[in-house]
Amino acid sequence: MQESDIRFLENSFKKYYFDHFDKIKVPERTHEREFGYQKFNSGMIRHLAIKNNEELRLMLMNNVPSDLYCSNGYYTFPNLPVNEKDWKEADLIFDIDAKDLNLPCRDSHTAAICADCKNISRNLSRCTACNSNKLEKKSLPCKHCMDASKKEVGKLLDILINDIGVSKENIHVYFSGNEGFHVYAYDLALQKLGPRERSDLTGYIMFKGVVPETFGIRTSKNDKTSLPGLDEKGWRGRFAKYVFGSKSKRSKMPNGMRAKEYSSFQKILDDAAEDIGVRIDPNVTVDIHRIFRLPDSINSKSGLSKVQCGDLAKFDPYVESSLLSDDKAEILANCPVEFRLKNKKFGPYDNEKATIPTYAAAYMICKKLATIA
Amino acid sequence: MLTLGTDEFAKYPFLADAGAYLKDKGFTLEQFGSDPDLRPSVDKALHRIEASTDNTNYHSELEDGMTTKSYSLEFEVFSFVIAIALIKLSRMPTLVRRFALAEAKRAESHLKTDLRKAQKQSEIDLIKKIIFELSGIEIDKPNEDFFTISVTDYLTESASFNEKEWKLINHHVENGKVFLNSKKIIRLLRKKIDVYITTKINKIRVPEMIPGFEAKVDNLISLGKKYTPVFVSTGEYPPCIKHAIEVLEKGENLTHAGRFMLATFLLSKGQSVQQVAPLFKNAPDYNERVTLYQLNNLAGNSGNTTQYSCPSCQKLQSQNLCFATSDCANIISPMQFGRKKA
Repeated sequence: MQESDIRFLENSFKKYYFDHFDKIKVPERTHEREFGYQKFNSGMIRHLAIKNNEELRLMLMNNVPSDLYCSNGYYTFPNLPVNEKDWKEADLIFDIDAKDLNLPCRDSHTAAICADCKNISRNLSRCTACNSNKLEKKSLPCKHCMDASKKEVGKLLDILINDIGVSKENIHVYFSGNEGFHVYAYDLALQKLGPRERSDLTGYIMFKGVVPETFGIRTSKNDKTSLPGLDEKGWRGRFAKYVFGSKSKRSKMPNGMRAKEYSSFQKILDDAAEDIGVRIDPNVTVDIHRIFRLPDSINSKSGLSKVQCGDLAKFDPYVESSLLSDDKAEILANCPVEFRLKNKKFGPYDNEKATIPTYAAAYMICKKLATIA
Repeated sequence: MLTLGTDEFAKYPFLADAGAYLKDKGFTLEQFGSDPDLRPSVDKALHRIEASTDNTNYHSELEDGMTTKSYSLEFEVFSFVIAIALIKLSRMPTLVRRFALAEAKRAESHLKTDLRKAQKQSEIDLIKKIIFELSGIEIDKPNEDFFTISVTDYLTESASFNEKEWKLINHHVENGKVFLNSKKIIRLLRKKIDVYITTKINKIRVPEMIPGFEAKVDNLISLGKKYTPVFVSTGEYPPCIKHAIEVLEKGENLTHAGRFMLATFLLSKGQSVQQVAPLFKNAPDYNERVTLYQLNNLAGNSGNTTQYSCPSCQKLQSQNLCFATSDCANIISPMQFGRKKA
């Protein structure tokens, strides 16, 4: 990233942090957390201990980080190397990202930056200028992407509340500031779980590793009574609704569910994971030493903030998380994809100068689709 | 301390103060060393120990888990107390380990039956209390067929099980509870029950030698030695293998995957089945015939003549058997440990 772009983003971020001091807060049990941050064009600085809000704000003003992180883990010595920290427990956090949902709309709002000649185009397989296939893809997620991600969050909440028994008030949903959501499940007993236990829990949530016997299908002697019913709770009920849809279909015992069709039923189950399992990133949930973006801090991949969602159905990330200033900025934009922020349409731009609000300029500069003019 | 019924005391003598019971009945340990009338209880204790060392059946006085005969309770509790006194006097850790494992298995079997049979609320409450005392885990019985435990307890206890049937997804989960039948719930808690009994026995102090017990204790020492292995260690073993040997040395249970790793490593390093077999002597469930059969299979001497190779570091990590140190840098299999470029 160019010096002028870094200066612009640092000034914009600093102004945001200065204007929103009251929003930027250290999390609970601050002294047990590890903090970390990154600066533009620089590596990660980890293993920091921050005592209180004042110290955090001072750090923000002094360093103006591009990204700010805090551990999900609680430690006796958070500022020591991982092996010496003395891990106590870790918040249980789930990551749902639109890029992992393989949505058909994705290509339509993705631009490709050629690593060799820096040309920007909509061709995602080859550079239109030099034919190189070394492309960095930048997606500007659309409403459909966010709606699909919200649907996954809804499925996750259903399982966490009704199956796992986490109370609704103890689940906090955040827009990550770029393409997805972070779901925090605060529960004292769940916090104690290690990576292996969390791995089994992610399998449950993703509907992975299921065997036919769980749904009443054995290698022989299958009958309708052991099949899951539509009114059942938990995964049996969810699966019944997915595979039968109605009581009449259940009574017919569909193909793949009769005796001697054990292996074909296993395939039905494996395929079902794609549709009814929750598309979380399991690597995030099992990591008990991970540092996560601090709520209300800015995501340097977009210039948007990580914010808590109130009513998920009504939540519009491209309105509620776009918190940089409206001051005008002059940029040279090469953004072939149209996008909306704060209910305003921007782009596409074909290597042209534009004077637009800081929040939109920062969005494109963070995506490497514009530079300060 | 739990208040137990007669049947429960006989089935789970480690849950109550069995020593106090002895005193209440007007006996001292010393009397069992000399009084010929008490000889049957001593014989029973020796039978109890021997059965635990060679994995044979202990012939309990209980019938269908109940103290049907007038003397059943005394016999069961006395033999338990004396058996512990004898193995403590022998100071052979392998005997303590094997005795605790055998008692845990017996308790497991009784618990399974008691759970299945419990219908009245008082019976259910008692078995819940026993399980809580043994494992620290609360169970519930919401309906006729199932018991429940919390999701977090389930995840913690099942983490070491690799079979798919134990994955959380293959159980009914509702409102933070996992539904299990009596067989599964007890299998899940096996390790905790084992640890509880072992800890309890280990905590008991070694008594003064009881006159009349000297020869019996000498015999037990000989028996213990028979099951104490001779260890081979070149000092060049990788940490995973050293750890496995240490586990066996302590007389602790090494998982099936751990035994597979150790045996395949040593066999691949050129040791013979006869050289490797004594290592497993200290395993709580050691059986010479089974060990030789399995080692021969691994070595390719029998069965399908395939020689099994030692698992990769990645596989061992997934089985919690990896204890890597900086000396393990850049190796992908324990077999590569210690190799250096010329």
